[in-house]
Amino acid sequence: MKRLLLLLPAAAGAADLEISIEIPRLQVAEYHRPYVAAWIEKPDRSVAANLTVWYDTGMKDQEGEKWLKDLRQWWRKSGRKLDLPIDGLSSPTRPAGKHPVPLDTLELPALSEGQYTLVVEASREVGGREMVRIPFAWDGAQAVEQKSTGKSELGEVTFALRPTP
Amino acid sequence: MKVHTILLAAALALPTASAHRFWIVPSSTVLSGEEPWVCFDAAVSNNLFFPNHHAPELEAFSATGPDGKIVELQNGQVGKYRTTFDLPLATPGTYRVGTVRALLFARWEENGERQSWRGPADRLDEVKDKPGVTLMDNSSRVETFVTAGEPTTPAVLGKGLEIDFTETHPNDLFAGETASFTLLQDGKPASGVEVTVIRGDDRYRNEVGEIQVTTDETGSFQITWPEAGRYWLNTSVEGGTREISGIPASVRSAYTATFEVLPE
Repeated sequence: MKRLLLLLPAAAGAADLEISIEIPRLQVAEYHRPYVAAWIEKPDRSVAANLTVWYDTGMKDQEGEKWLKDLRQWWRKSGRKLDLPIDGLSSPTRPAGKHPVPLDTLELPALSEGQYTLVVEASREVGGREMVRIPFAWDGAQAVEQKSTGKSELGEVTFALRPTP
Repeated sequence: MKVHTILLAAALALPTASAHRFWIVPSSTVLSGEEPWVCFDAAVSNNLFFPNHHAPELEAFSATGPDGKIVELQNGQVGKYRTTFDLPLATPGTYRVGTVRALLFARWEENGERQSWRGPADRLDEVKDKPGVTLMDNSSRVETFVTAGEPTTPAVLGKGLEIDFTETHPNDLFAGETASFTLLQDGKPASGVEVTVIRGDDRYRNEVGEIQVTTDETGSFQITWPEAGRYWLNTSVEGGTREISGIPASVRSAYTATFEVLPE
């Protein structure tokens, strides 16, 4: 169960967040697993919460961080301000297939009532780059369940945010 | 070497009037990871950003780190048309890389013939007593910026023509967004000055597609980047006089910068 607490300031109560990201199988001459980042954005496009970043975490001397800037929007909005690796956020790259995002150890900041966008960005070495954006409204009471599909570098992205009973 | 200096001076003197454009282009502008390296190409050429005319001298270039300290250039080389060097970005932040030229142009008449001279201020003695000598004080800056990790705002230098990047950072430019820069001359807003911006790869299109804007009374100007790519910005100011060794000199300053604009 991918579960975490979103601490709501006034309304109180918590919420469960579940995200799944699909990496499509691509027929290309040279394939490397993509770097992927997911975050929740406020209407002014600033970052409300970082959810995950998949990159070459296993390389020596943190060589894998050299290409993080190719997750261009994530790098601009928050990556460049972070000191990686971060427990619960940094994660290895994934092969083709559907992958639940491991959110269980992540501490997320408060998400007050309002409009948000879930953003998933993928960038592949010698390949393309794509962002999937899923706008949603959160009032702390009504569950949100949505999905969207990328065209090139991302498959299906599913997203559920449910108030904890 | 002297021939090179003069050629360069000529190219620098007329960046808008002549077809030659002086530029410096980094291999990347936004970098992540431990001590990333950036490779730089610099040239005076007709096309952006293809070397095809003149390689500027290596000694003219320098790099300043986020802490304001000089960072030594590595692997410098001067080719036929292009000058190259590398720079390790050991400290996170924004680096300024480029060249500044300050040259005096002297003109006078001797035995009924017009004479002219170009050189740095410390060699003015060579010509300062020539009959009816007039001077032009020419300064120009050609630069670019690269950032490792989180950007830091490049310092305002307060000398010559320059851009204050407080509002929009030179390594935070995206297609469709509007950058707001402030043009300064000797640290003060330069108003009513025309600024030209040209996207690179002009070799692959028939129209130059110049973007021309004029600075407002606060020196501010805005550029909305039509698409991703590398852009060359150029502007110059002519006017005013200052006295050098008792000789009145007309003042001309030019500023050139290269920016990378990324897709959204």
